[in-house]
Amino acid sequence: MAKVSMTVNGKAVTGDVEPRTLLVQFLREDLRLTGTHVGCDTSQCGACIVHIDGIAAKACTTLALQVEGATVTTIEGLAEPGGKLHPMQEAFREHHGLQCGYCTPGMIMSALDIVRRNGNNLDEHTIRDQLDGNICRCTGYHNIVKAIEAGAKAMAK
Amino acid sequence: MSATGIGAPVRRKEDFRFITGQGQYTDDVVRPGETKAAFVRSPHAHAKIKSIDVAAAKKMPGVVDVLTGADLATDKIGNLICGWMIHSKDGSPMKMSAHPAIAAGKVNCVGDAVAVVVAETHAQARDAAEKVKVEYEVLQAVVDPAKAQAKGAPQIHADIANNTIYQWHLGDQKAVDAAFAAAKHVTKLDIVNNRLVPNAMEPRAALAEYDAGTDNLTLWNTSQNPHVARLVIAAFVGMAPEHKLRVIAPDVGGGFGSKIFIYPEEVVCLWAARKLRRPVKWTSDRSEAFLTDAHGRDHVTHAELALDANGKILALRAKTIANLGAYMSTFSSSVPTYLYGTLLSGQYDIPSIYCEVDAVYTNTAPVDAYRGAGRPEATFVVERLVEVAARQMGIEPAELRRRNFIKTFPHQTPVIMAYDAGDYHASLKKALELADVKGFAKRKREAARHGKLRGLGYSAYIEACGIAPSQAVGSLGCGVGLWESAEVRVNPTGSVEVLTGCHAHGQGHETTFAQLVSERLGIPFENVSIVHGDTDKVQFGMGTYGSRSGAVGMSAIVKALDKVEAKAKKVAAYMLEAAEGDIEFKDGKFTVAGTDKSAAFGDVALNAYVAHKFAGADLEPGLKETSFYDPTNFTFPAGCHICEVEVDIDTGKTTIVNWTAVDDFGTVINPMIVEGQVHGGVAQGIGQALLEGAVYDKSGQLVTGSMMDYTMPRAHDLPSFHVGLTETKAPSNPLGIKGCGEAGAIAAPAAVINAITDAIGTEDLAMPATANAVWSALQRAQAPKAA
Amino acid sequence: MYNFTFHRPTTVRQAAGLLARNPEAKLLAGGHSLIPVMKQRLAQPSALIDLSLVEGLAGVEQKGRSIVIGAMTRHADAANSPVLQQALPGLAMVPDSIGDPQVRNRGTIGGSVANNDPNADYPAACLGLGATIITNKRRIAADDFFTGMFSTALEDGEIIVKISFPIAKKAAYEKFKHPASGFALVGVFVSKRGADIRVAVTGAGSNGVFRVKSFEEALKKRFAAKSLDGMTIPATGMNSDIHASPEYRAHLVGVLARRAVAKATA
Repeated sequence: MAKVSMTVNGKAVTGDVEPRTLLVQFLREDLRLTGTHVGCDTSQCGACIVHIDGIAAKACTTLALQVEGATVTTIEGLAEPGGKLHPMQEAFREHHGLQCGYCTPGMIMSALDIVRRNGNNLDEHTIRDQLDGNICRCTGYHNIVKAIEAGAKAMAK
Repeated sequence: MSATGIGAPVRRKEDFRFITGQGQYTDDVVRPGETKAAFVRSPHAHAKIKSIDVAAAKKMPGVVDVLTGADLATDKIGNLICGWMIHSKDGSPMKMSAHPAIAAGKVNCVGDAVAVVVAETHAQARDAAEKVKVEYEVLQAVVDPAKAQAKGAPQIHADIANNTIYQWHLGDQKAVDAAFAAAKHVTKLDIVNNRLVPNAMEPRAALAEYDAGTDNLTLWNTSQNPHVARLVIAAFVGMAPEHKLRVIAPDVGGGFGSKIFIYPEEVVCLWAARKLRRPVKWTSDRSEAFLTDAHGRDHVTHAELALDANGKILALRAKTIANLGAYMSTFSSSVPTYLYGTLLSGQYDIPSIYCEVDAVYTNTAPVDAYRGAGRPEATFVVERLVEVAARQMGIEPAELRRRNFIKTFPHQTPVIMAYDAGDYHASLKKALELADVKGFAKRKREAARHGKLRGLGYSAYIEACGIAPSQAVGSLGCGVGLWESAEVRVNPTGSVEVLTGCHAHGQGHETTFAQLVSERLGIPFENVSIVHGDTDKVQFGMGTYGSRSGAVGMSAIVKALDKVEAKAKKVAAYMLEAAEGDIEFKDGKFTVAGTDKSAAFGDVALNAYVAHKFAGADLEPGLKETSFYDPTNFTFPAGCHICEVEVDIDTGKTTIVNWTAVDDFGTVINPMIVEGQVHGGVAQGIGQALLEGAVYDKSGQLVTGSMMDYTMPRAHDLPSFHVGLTETKAPSNPLGIKGCGEAGAIAAPAAVINAITDAIGTEDLAMPATANAVWSALQRAQAPKAA
Repeated sequence: MYNFTFHRPTTVRQAAGLLARNPEAKLLAGGHSLIPVMKQRLAQPSALIDLSLVEGLAGVEQKGRSIVIGAMTRHADAANSPVLQQALPGLAMVPDSIGDPQVRNRGTIGGSVANNDPNADYPAACLGLGATIITNKRRIAADDFFTGMFSTALEDGEIIVKISFPIAKKAAYEKFKHPASGFALVGVFVSKRGADIRVAVTGAGSNGVFRVKSFEEALKKRFAAKSLDGMTIPATGMNSDIHASPEYRAHLVGVLARRAVAKATA
């Protein structure tokens, strides 16, 4: 076992983990932050996307120990403490950008990274291209694309 | 229309928990003392198990126990079953072989469970599973359904000759043969409907817990129909009496059919939890899902269409071999028969149809219903035949369709179905407009200037949904009734809980069902909760699949609401001191007709419970009503999808540049949600046509065993969709709903392939039409010219 | 995943020492090739030596007529490097095409090159520009480095420190993505640096990345897409799988080479 410590959603956390523990396992099983999901085992689907030091990463392809000392944000850390939703969360609801909800946390975390990289004025082509690391089986992406476009704009306000 | 009533695009109630990461999926549920299960699975497609040695595995750290098929048999745990009886054309019942939850002496597909390890952690269970020593005698495998019946093919189940489950037929062969003999034109096609892996994003999971004090078992699972799971596990597997088994399907991350079925892992977790007196959880990883989830489609078909000189269709015949895999999954037998052959009339007035289907075992994962289930296969046959016939006869494809559309209703097809309502001209007309088909020729010329081939493809689909009435499906062999139940509980404060036997796993029932209740009772949308997915809460229900929840599930709610209103009127009559017959109910208010005397719904609810205004002898207190609703017919959603593609001549890569969907779903409760269902269905249909295909090699290894090799549609593979609606009400249910969940997946594949073949000028193209496949088709088409 | 011990050295020397003491150890860079393989239990290293805390391994800089990329430079950082986009934009196309955004956020050039996946993108750039792979022990020319699929000239205990790419006047990468995995079904890197013309192909060959001499000869006459008109390579030796036939891959080599040259000369 090895000690690991990091900041997750603004809180300092520590854990005692086997070195083989993936970040997503640490989040889900040790911290009980079950909003981060596992949809595949080959780093394809993006249901596990979190932000490590502000940059989107697949928590299923990252060891907890690799994140030692880092700042991690998960879907649970987006809304304001008072409960006010992040504009991107709000946009997914407003534009029906989710159905079963399973890919949604990863989609939202990925969407925020698209905004970080490409700014607030996103066109459809950019969004579709940059969603390459996320798979949704329900929506056909149509409304996810609309939600991200709107959410990105709302974030600029 | 109110802001939250029927027809309003109400934002979904369920979304808050999902967008904040607070959904509760099965793997998110944790029970005290929980253990983890890992399965030892066969690496061979077909083999005898000579021995299993679990001694080393049992000594591994954290292992609680290691169990095998022999243990399962000792404990007399029964087999899984297929619940739909099909009779062969000779009258004999289908031949179903045993399906034990853990293999007994022989494995029949890669991934077949051979043993299960239960350990303190998932990693320990996996580590120990590798230490289980299994000695196999590998046998020859057969994976191609077209070869399964051949002489000398490996016999998969000792009791099933020629691997043939049934040889079913439907229709009038003699009439069809006569029509073909007289036909001016015959179009023939050989079609492979490619095998698909459903891949709901949430992998399957099961968590079982045993309470020794009460002898109760609880199963949390990823199910589209928890009551049916309980019924099968109780009555057929014999795990526990029905009243001692609770099944909870919490948030479920997509199903698309694959989570209808009762799977071995659920049975094993329940059995192990009771045996070991510890909760046992199994969560599939994606690789395991590829091997063990029921797959979809996998038909090999020869189909022919007979037409007269004017393009009037005279007859259709099809011979299909359907691959059901190594075991018969829960509803597998019905998919290539009553969900397929019965839809071969499409939207057309076809006098005679004859369909033969052989269902076969192969050494592959079981095949069962996947979004559309049989109807995409039927639509593909019909819409490819019609399109190709039009091209061969030099008739514009839309025109050929028009000439053959059914125009009057009800219409009895030669293959059981009695279509009750529709307007196929209307959906075609609207689709042609939305797709700007008039401007296509110009766009094609423009594309050609950039070295691209443009093509246009139609798919005028029809489906039969609701999959009811129960009497009808019973007569076709279904082992259960396909009605739905609802319970409307009005609380003393006037808020309402609706318990439904449907199950939502993305469809938004918590919203649409609440819209119906809110409008009908005139109470705020926020005051309605929808409860589903727990056999302890909902008395019984048939779950969600077959686009049935609106047409059947909501109709049950309507019926219960009728009863609530009737009862509430009685209460209001006492309150308002009027005759029951004089009470009118509108906009949430009970009024004495012709007066201004009224009582709000909430007041009536409270009075129903405090029961101060009436005697118990005259009226029972309380306001809670139950109903079971069985429709009078299937529903028949139909529509027209038009796909426009551009093919890169150099690489063969197809780009979908425009998608138009015009659907007639009858009444639409929430257009936002309905459009979302169309988007998702179309995406899966495009996936089948362009990207997806499960491939086994000759030895039975799944070559496409992960998302590295099985192409899931991504955002950049798809266009934005133009969605339009037409409406004819379904006469078979009180709301006029037809259902919308499967339409896209049913319509899309034929539209895509019709478009690509239009672009490249050859019909010689199989699904999935990958870049390589299209490029090769272009090469083949050019080869004779060069020679 | 099998268990392992985990080490985080802060210098290359420490990392090399750990490697020497743990013969079954593997270096961990971005982890986006290694961790998936370990999750499938197809690799069982006794120890992982995480290079992320080693100073000085990340970054893109211009040194004379070369671009030097540190081994731990993440794909996204390389793709977005102003230095690279200014001096050698054709090379920036390569990391920008790898996997998906999250893979690019974590994956590194050193990891990709050391792994030499036959469908990976960076090997094509290394070979297509005549790069030099610089390790803690020596400098290896790309032409000598890639020795077959998942096989390189790296010796035990050798650690890639950086990779030096000569700045070519014209260079571009054209990739046909594997529709499921995002790797290169076929990828072609072309460059022209004076008389040195290179065409390197990844994804297509059954023995990993390779150069196409016939295309290079044709381009020597004139570095233009037209010079490759009608040219293709034999299908023998091409990969064959359910995603693409050898004939198709060979055909794509020609198509993508023409497109890459067109891009490089645009």
